Amino acid sequence: MKKQSKEPFDASTIPDNLCPIATEMSVLQTGDWRAERPVVDKRRCVKCATCWLYCPTQCIKEKETWFEANLEICKGCGVCAHECPHKAITMVIEEEE
Amino acid sequence: MPTTIVCDGNEGAAWGVSRARPDMVAVYPITPQSSLAEYISQFVADGIIDADLMDVEGEHSVLSVLQGACLAGARTFTATCGQGLAFMFEPYFRTPPLRLPIVMSIVTRDGITPQCVWGGQQDAMTVREVGWIQMYCESVQEIIDTVIMAYRVAEDRKIMLPVNVCHDGNYLSYGVEEASVPDQDKVDLFLGEKNTNWHVALDPERPMGVDPLTGGPGGAGPAMFARYRMGLCEAMQNALEVIPAVHKEWGDSFGRHYAPLVEEYRLDDAEMAVVTIGGMTGAAKDAVDLARLEGKPVGLIKIKTLRPLPVEALKQALSKVKIVAVMDRAVSFGCNCGPVYQDLLSVLYRLDKRIPAISYIGGLAGADITEEHFLNVIETAASSLKDGDLPQQPIWLNEKE
Repeated sequence: MKKQSKEPFDASTIPDNLCPIATEMSVLQTGDWRAERPVVDKRRCVKCATCWLYCPTQCIKEKETWFEANLEICKGCGVCAHECPHKAITMVIEEEE
Repeated sequence: MPTTIVCDGNEGAAWGVSRARPDMVAVYPITPQSSLAEYISQFVADGIIDADLMDVEGEHSVLSVLQGACLAGARTFTATCGQGLAFMFEPYFRTPPLRLPIVMSIVTRDGITPQCVWGGQQDAMTVREVGWIQMYCESVQEIIDTVIMAYRVAEDRKIMLPVNVCHDGNYLSYGVEEASVPDQDKVDLFLGEKNTNWHVALDPERPMGVDPLTGGPGGAGPAMFARYRMGLCEAMQNALEVIPAVHKEWGDSFGRHYAPLVEEYRLDDAEMAVVTIGGMTGAAKDAVDLARLEGKPVGLIKIKTLRPLPVEALKQALSKVKIVAVMDRAVSFGCNCGPVYQDLLSVLYRLDKRIPAISYIGGLAGADITEEHFLNVIETAASSLKDGDLPQQPIWLNEKE
């Protein structure tokens, strides 16, 4: 793809009452809504990135040899666990701490 | 050189669009907009419009693909009406707060049910509170010119809002007049550089989340939500400055001047005012002229820009008279009157004196609003003024015909 000559986007140049845009992840901590958390079995994960592709909130982070959810953002929907072809993700009920 | 042609309002709108050089147009045909969709398609096929034409499966998709195109930097156009607009409502509601400068013609049509395929203004009036700018045209020439001006208004950085250019189904959509299609070079100069997505973009070079979650019961969310709502209201108010400036510049460049917000006709020495909007205005002006010959002190107020509501311009016009007769081609079911009448009540309240107003509803489902209708309107307004007996219900023009 041809590189654009445009300046990198600078959010501070846009009036803050114009159009809702976000340049930082999750000001609202949607992770607080979660009832179940995805737990990754690192031995089973082959880094196929299926979870990364399907995650509706795009909160999957890449690690050395596995992927895992950013729990500040993950709402616990379970799509990643359902889609994982290696059954490496289990949804575990959140317990009160 | 400008080209002089003979065309109807739908073809006129398509010629206006051609001069604005859109990058993407999406259309789904619906009476009485269909021929506009066909002209746009034909112009793209003939190379008169150099744009991608999206033939999608319905109006919801029409506006959704244009939102994506606009976010990617395209200048866009579509047109719809009636049930098509109803089907489009979900993305329609989202377009203003996304601050996308999309231009869309509404070839106004009455709402079904009862079944009908003819003109009225029920469709545009019903959605007037959603944040789109709405301008109503009176002639084929005004359609051509207003479609082009609409891009200047929409893309103004103090506005960044979508614009509806409304013209009456049947009467203007199929009414044929001589009209001038302006010179492309002059329009290019008038419209200036195109930049529809400086504020928000689908662009891998400048990643951002578009339309993230706001609101909620507390925390940072409600303040964010309120800030964007206030920003939209501020942009609408800015449009009241920009629309007249754009019309003036258009008049200076192309020699055709239009009242940008509100037109006053024979109003300065008038005691009564007939208020009109759109294509009905010609018949009303003729009726005013006839009534004047009989010595009746009547003038006319035509609304071109209904949204944002030009409160100051309307205050100035309305304060000149003692009674106001408002003609609507649509119904406000909840308020038992016409929608323009309902809007004008909110303006009349802001005046220092009380000026009575009567709501007339006519021209529904294609009915012609004739000179004779307007003469009757003037007659009833005059007797109300004389007796002080104000009708408490709307007067339905076609009830006993």
